[in-house]
Amino acid sequence: MPPLLEAVGITKAFPGMLALDNVRLDLQPGEIHAVMGENGAGKSTLMKILSGVSMADTGEIRFEGNRVAPTTPREALMLGIAIVHQELSLVPTLTVAENIFPGRLPTNAFGMVRFGQLFRQAGEVLEKLNVAVDPHVLVETLSIANQQLVEITKALSLNCKVLILDEPTSALTDHEADMLLAFLRRLAADGVGILYISHKLKEIFQVADRVTVLRDGKYVGTEVISETTPDQLIRMMVGRELGDMYPPKNQQAGTPLFEVRNLRLPGEDEFNSFQLFEGEVLGFAGLIGSGRSELARAIFGAEPKAEGEIWLFGKPVRINSPKDSIALGIGYLPEDRKAAGLFLEMSIKLNIEAAVIEAVSSGPFVAGNKERDLARHYVNQLNVSTPSIEQEVRRLSGGNQQKTLVGKWLAIQPKILIVDEPTRGIDVGAKKEIHFLLRALAQSGVGVIMISSELPEVLGMSDRILVMHEGAIVAEYNAADATEEKIIRSASSHKGE
Amino acid sequence: MEGTTPISTLPAKNMLHPQPGFIARLLRVREFALIVMILVIGGGLHLITGRFFTTPNLNAISLGFATSAIIVFGMTAALVSGGFDLSVGSVFAMGGVTAALALRADIPIPLAMLCGVGAGVAAGIVNGFLITQVQINPFITTLGMLGIARGVSLAVTEGSPLAELPTEFFVFGQGRDILGIPNLILIALAVILIGDILMRRSSAFRQIYYVGGNEEAARLSGINVNRVKFGVYILSASLAAFAGVLSVSRFTVADPGTGVGEELRIIAACIIGGCSLRGGKGTVIGGLLGLIFVGFINNGMILLRVPVYWQQLSMGVVLLLAVGFDTLSQRWQISSRGKKAGPATS
Repeated sequence: MPPLLEAVGITKAFPGMLALDNVRLDLQPGEIHAVMGENGAGKSTLMKILSGVSMADTGEIRFEGNRVAPTTPREALMLGIAIVHQELSLVPTLTVAENIFPGRLPTNAFGMVRFGQLFRQAGEVLEKLNVAVDPHVLVETLSIANQQLVEITKALSLNCKVLILDEPTSALTDHEADMLLAFLRRLAADGVGILYISHKLKEIFQVADRVTVLRDGKYVGTEVISETTPDQLIRMMVGRELGDMYPPKNQQAGTPLFEVRNLRLPGEDEFNSFQLFEGEVLGFAGLIGSGRSELARAIFGAEPKAEGEIWLFGKPVRINSPKDSIALGIGYLPEDRKAAGLFLEMSIKLNIEAAVIEAVSSGPFVAGNKERDLARHYVNQLNVSTPSIEQEVRRLSGGNQQKTLVGKWLAIQPKILIVDEPTRGIDVGAKKEIHFLLRALAQSGVGVIMISSELPEVLGMSDRILVMHEGAIVAEYNAADATEEKIIRSASSHKGE
Repeated sequence: MEGTTPISTLPAKNMLHPQPGFIARLLRVREFALIVMILVIGGGLHLITGRFFTTPNLNAISLGFATSAIIVFGMTAALVSGGFDLSVGSVFAMGGVTAALALRADIPIPLAMLCGVGAGVAAGIVNGFLITQVQINPFITTLGMLGIARGVSLAVTEGSPLAELPTEFFVFGQGRDILGIPNLILIALAVILIGDILMRRSSAFRQIYYVGGNEEAARLSGINVNRVKFGVYILSASLAAFAGVLSVSRFTVADPGTGVGEELRIIAACIIGGCSLRGGKGTVIGGLLGLIFVGFINNGMILLRVPVYWQQLSMGVVLLLAVGFDTLSQRWQISSRGKKAGPATS
C-alpha cells in the first residue's frame, strides 16, 4: 500500500538561503507524524509546499500514489490536504456553521442562504467528529481551544485525508491541549493522516506514531516514537558549527548595571527577577509564547506591568512609558521590525532620529544639518548600504532595514539595549554584522539583553543565558556550561538527567 | 565591509539602481507637478478667455477658497496623523455663529472672535477625547461631531442667519489694507505659511508624521501618541472655527447652514495635494495647491460658461485622476524596480 502522502527530494531556495535541501517525508493513513526542528529548520516551508501555499523548486509530492503539484491552497484542499495555521482563519463575527461552510453555503433558488439546512449540516459534521460546539453560536464567543476545533472541523468537512497542524497547542492550556490530542487520536483512528508540527517533546511522545527531524533545511531522519528517546531527538535537532558567526565573548564580569526585581506580568502568577552587568550580553531563550517579549516590553514600559521594580545603577527608577525608558537610556528593538519598529515609507534619516527629535532640534525647530549629520554618522558606522540617507526604508533589504533600526536605538546613546529577535529574516552576512555590532556595544559598556529563538545565536552571543517557560524565568546558565540540550530541556520543561 | 559574505552585498548593489534625472525627480514631488499643471491650466484659460490672469479674477478665485485654505492646515495634520476630521464644515458654521452671538451681546470684537475659536477648541477637545481615550475611530467620532456642531448652530439661531453685526468687525473679511490685497487672503496665506513651516520643520509637529507612519513604532520611539492625536483634532477644529469667524466677517451674516460638504472638499484637496488616507505623508502647501487646482478648474468652467452644475463633477474627476495616477505610478515604479533588482530588496 502506498503512503497517503509522500514528498521526495523537496528543494526550495529563497534569495540568499536554501530553505529546504532535498527533504523527504511520508505519511501513512491513520498516522500522526510529528515534524520537529529548530526555528528556521524548514518545517514551515515544507508545510507551505505540501498545502499549496508555495511551490517547491524541485522534488515530487505523491498523494495516494499519484504525483500532484498543488499551486494554491484551494487545489490542495480539493485533493484532500488541509492546513490549520497557528493564526486561525475564522470570521469571529459569524456563526460556527457559517465558518465551517464558507463559500459553500446551501442556498435556495433565489440565492438566499438556507439557514435551517446550514445549521443541520454543520450540526451533523460536528456530531460526527464528536465536537461539542453549538453551530448557532458566534465564533468570537468560543474559547481558543474550541475555535481550533471549529477550524479543524472546517478542514475535515471537505473530506480531507491529510491534516497539517502547525503548533496547535501553543495558545492552549494543558487541559485543553490534552483534549485536542485525544481528539486527534480519534481522527487518526478514522484513517486521517496528521502532520503535527510542535516544539513540545512531551506532546510528541504523547500523541505521535513517528517523527521526522529537520535541521538547517536538511532531512536528518525519521524515527518511530516507541523506539526513540527525547535525548535522541534533541541531538538530532542540534549540532552545527557555530563558525565565526559570533564574536569572542566578554572575559571579565562588569559591575551590576540594571536589575529587575519581582516583576509580574498582568495575568501571570510568576515573579521574575534578574540582573544585568555592564558589558554583558544576556541571552533570553525560550519557546515562542514563553513570555520573553512580554517581559521585555513590560521592562521598557511598552506594556503595563502588574507589579515589580526596576533598578538602574543601584537606584529604583520609574518606567511607565517608552518615553521614560528612552530618557533613562534604555532602548528596545522590537521583534517585528516592520510592524513595530520602522517607519517604512519614511527616509533613513527620519527613522534614525525618531527617538531623539529634540537632540537634532535647535529651539522648536528641527535643524537640517544636525539631522543629516546624525543619520550619516549611523549609516557609516553601521554600514547601511544605501544611495542616500533620504532613501525610503521600505526600499532597503531586510539586513539594511534592521541596521537602520539599530541606528535609531544607538542614537539615544543607550546604557541598556534590549533586542528582540535582532536577526530574524535577514541574510547571513548582515546577521554576522549585527552580532559583531552587539558585542562591540557591550564592550563599550552597554548592557545588552538579547531575545532570540535561534538557539545557536543565543549560545554564540550570550555571556549568560536565562530560559523562560510560561511567563517565568526557569533556568540560568553561564556561557561555559550552556548547551542546546540543556536549554531545550528547560524551555520545554522536560526534566531529564 | 571586510569579513562580510557576498550574500549581504547583493541586495545592497541592487539598491543602487540609476537615480532618475533632476527634472524627473522634481516632477515626482507632488507640489511641483501641481504647480506645473496649475500654470498650464491658468495659461490655457488666459489664452482662451483673455481675462484669467487679471487682478480682479485672481482676487475673486482666492477669496473663494481663502477660508478653506485655513482649514487645510488642520486637515493636513489630521490626515498625516492617520485620521481625518469630518466635522470641520459644521464647526466652521458653529464658530461663526458663536462669534456672531458674542458680538450681538456687545462683547468686544477681539474677545468675540476668541469665543468663536473657543467653540472650535471645545469641539476639538471632545473629538480628541473620544478618539484617544474612549478609542472610537476618527470617522465615527468626527461624523458625530459633524451632526452635533451643525445641530448646535441651528438650534441656537433657530435656523435663521444672524445679521446686524458691528461694521468694524467686517475689516477682516472685506478690508484691503496692504497694496489692495484683501485682508482675508493675507490672513489665509499667513496661516498656510506658518502651517507649512511648522509641519516641515518643527520638532513637535514632526511627531504627527511618525504617528501616522507607524503608530506602534512611534509609541516605542517614546512619542506620546495620544497627546499628538489630541493636539491634531484641537488644531483642526479651532482652525475651522477661526475660518468660520472670518467668513462671517466677509459675508456680514452668520449662517448656521454654511459649510455643508466643506469637509469632503477639503479632504479631496489635501489628497490631490499628496496626503494619504493611510497617514504619514502630505504637506500644507500641497493641500493649498490641491485647493487652487480645483479652484482654477471651476473658475475656468465659469469663464467658459459651462453650467455651474458641472463643478462638482470636475472635482470628483480631478480627485480620482490624481489618486489613480499616483497609485499607478507607484506600482510602475515598484514593478520596474522589481525587474531590475529582483525580489531581494523587499
